[in-house]
Amino acid sequence: MVGVKKIKNAPWSAKIGILMVSITLLTALFAPVIAPFDEAEKVGDIWLAPGGKTILGTDQLGRDLFTRMVYGARNTIAIALLITFLAFLVGVVTGLMAATVGGWLDMIFSRIVDVFMAFPALILTLMILSILGTSIPVLIIVIALLDATKVFRLARALAMDITVMEFVEVARLRGEGLRWIIIKEILPNALPALIAEFGLRFCFIFLFISALSFLGLGIQPPAADWGSMVRENAGAISFGIFVPLYPAAAIAFLTVGINLVVDWFLHISAQIRAQ
Amino acid sequence: MERLLTIKKLVIEGRWDDNIKVLIDNVSLHLDRGEVLGLIGESGAGKSTLGLASMGYVRTGCHIASGSIEFDGKELTKASENELNLLRGNRITYVAQSAAASFNPAHRLLRQFVESPLRHGLMDYTQAKEKAIELYRRFNLPYPETIGYRYPHQVSGGQLQRAMIAMAMATNPDLIIFDEPTTALDVTTQIEVLATIKEAIRMQSGSAIYITHDLAVVAQLANRIIVLKNGKLIEEGITREMMESPKEAYTRDLLNVRRQRKEASQPIEDVVLNISNVIAGYTKETTIVKNISLKVHRKRTVAVVGESGSGKTSLARVITGLLPLWEGKIFFYDKELPPDAAKRDRELLRHMQMIYQMPDVALNPRQKIRRILGRPLEFYFGTTGRKKENRVQELLDLIELPSDYYNRYPSELSGGEKQRVCIARALAAEPDLIICDEITSALDQLVAEGILKLLHDLQNNLGVSYLFITHDLATVRAIADEVVVMYQGEIVERGNKRKMFRNPSNDYTKLLLSSIPEMDPDWLDNLLSERQQEGKSIIAPS
Repeated sequence: MVGVKKIKNAPWSAKIGILMVSITLLTALFAPVIAPFDEAEKVGDIWLAPGGKTILGTDQLGRDLFTRMVYGARNTIAIALLITFLAFLVGVVTGLMAATVGGWLDMIFSRIVDVFMAFPALILTLMILSILGTSIPVLIIVIALLDATKVFRLARALAMDITVMEFVEVARLRGEGLRWIIIKEILPNALPALIAEFGLRFCFIFLFISALSFLGLGIQPPAADWGSMVRENAGAISFGIFVPLYPAAAIAFLTVGINLVVDWFLHISAQIRAQ
Repeated sequence: MERLLTIKKLVIEGRWDDNIKVLIDNVSLHLDRGEVLGLIGESGAGKSTLGLASMGYVRTGCHIASGSIEFDGKELTKASENELNLLRGNRITYVAQSAAASFNPAHRLLRQFVESPLRHGLMDYTQAKEKAIELYRRFNLPYPETIGYRYPHQVSGGQLQRAMIAMAMATNPDLIIFDEPTTALDVTTQIEVLATIKEAIRMQSGSAIYITHDLAVVAQLANRIIVLKNGKLIEEGITREMMESPKEAYTRDLLNVRRQRKEASQPIEDVVLNISNVIAGYTKETTIVKNISLKVHRKRTVAVVGESGSGKTSLARVITGLLPLWEGKIFFYDKELPPDAAKRDRELLRHMQMIYQMPDVALNPRQKIRRILGRPLEFYFGTTGRKKENRVQELLDLIELPSDYYNRYPSELSGGEKQRVCIARALAAEPDLIICDEITSALDQLVAEGILKLLHDLQNNLGVSYLFITHDLATVRAIADEVVVMYQGEIVERGNKRKMFRNPSNDYTKLLLSSIPEMDPDWLDNLLSERQQEGKSIIAPS
């Protein structure tokens, strides 16, 4: 596992990435403490320039942009994290089982995943959400299941490489059950790559939620969310006011940060495998 | 004699993370035209590093710290990349250990042969093709006119190796570097490749460096031998002189390898494993195990000998239940075993353990030794806590490893140590029978000797039986009581070990026995002329 020494030896790009991600996560965690105003509080006129009470100015309803950004981080990250966890739970368990048990189980799971992946994710999500409504639980479950398909593919591919190794055969010949083989023999060897994938998945899910919010089907107002903020403030561009770029830049900031960390992680896991 | 290669006080270092390791420590050597220099040593001695350095090449992460490498008057350490590229593949060529890894699987053999001469502008395509066919014919490859149009996967291991040697000769090089070219081959295939190499060196009347860990093999080909250990030059001398009176203790150790013999034969006790008329295979069309019957008695070792494709590993898989048999029965003591391992109960599985060839993949890299050894104890006997820790220490003692190893990961152990851990893991289950599938084939000879001695002691003290699968007859001599020879899925000869070595009755057994390299430098020449006189082909019947 990653120890403090490893972080010290990390390349500077990884250190920057860690810094970026930490800033965002801490902002999200301490949102109520950091934000000067309430999430939906009107503090002034529409699209005010930065200055005075507001650090970044106001949005299309006169709310403090800085506050909205801070709460936006919190809302989106919380939901994206939850979805990623869920997607991984479902994807890793089914993927590892499919690779270890093989046969008809593998075939059934793989074909179900194939069907889901045949649909463009955004269209499928829009369809389901417009039928079932856009409550947060529905949002979470739908996106989690859809992303679980990609995690399934990766986990299965990783496990396929590992199950052919002799030490898995040794465990089987001992008489070990499926649970032991998956959790103790296969998972520890697949972990580094899966952790890297977790970061990447989180980014994609984050972007996906922002896209849905931009289209009006994700996180609903008045809750702050970076994607919705881009949508809500889009009109300002025609007045030469670049307000929508702030939340967009924030999305890019977090995504780049995570990618830098994930790159470094993949580098480490490749080194472990090379040993 | 004209001097071709001179290496003076060469130091090569490798860098990993923050550690610097000296790979070649102040080595000096020289090679004249027409000479063959043998480079021997164990894994990690630095032989390949030194061989590659003769081309002015160091692997990634390594660099030449000091010293000089002079080839035909040119100083390679100061040469530019362009100058080196002109030499490599042209005047100095390299034959690697694994032909399969050196050939591009997507291109035909001929195309890869002509690549070097064409690129260096030495001949045109037609001339190169003619040379290829000539070389294929000289090396006794089947269908020399058309074999060049095959892909690497369409020829056998020995044929591919010979094709690689032909490829190395395409440009009439001054120096050919052979890096363990026969290590990965069967004993009978090795003979044909050695004969080819001898012919190649003779034909090109140039020089060669022959790298191997097998002293008997290098004695057949080299004029002079250099012994390397941990990057240092231990001894250098003319072949015959070194074989007769080696100066250093390490060289003497290498010479004495393969002298181990198992002498005392125990009285015959109960039958532990009884395999009766077993037939099995992987697909309906191909039967791999054709009607095999054999018995293993308590406290005895039965060696199953055969080359690649003989079916011996498949037989092991049938016995352990990973490959369900089609016909026949397997009895453990007098209990009939279900053909499928999944249907055998825990006690049954416990009594029969298996050890594999490659300890690197047989141990879970993410588990510490204490977990690897502790799990069978938990699983079979329900031992936990302090009792388990003590038992793990006992096992470490049994396999002669230090007690603090229990906290290490497999990557922190050497090859021989990992294999010992595999043995301890098998012993942890307190089995009656251990199936050893080529367990010493991937180890250096000196290390393998240690393992064989350990197994011998364990058998005497614990009364365990072994079914020892191997292709190496020297190992059989060291460990077996009875021998079973397999060829293409059938048993062609079986019997008491001593009788079989003295008086083999089957032709294939005779072929195998005669193919073990001896420490006599004239062995290969004598063998080849003998076989030529008898009109026998040096290739095993297919």
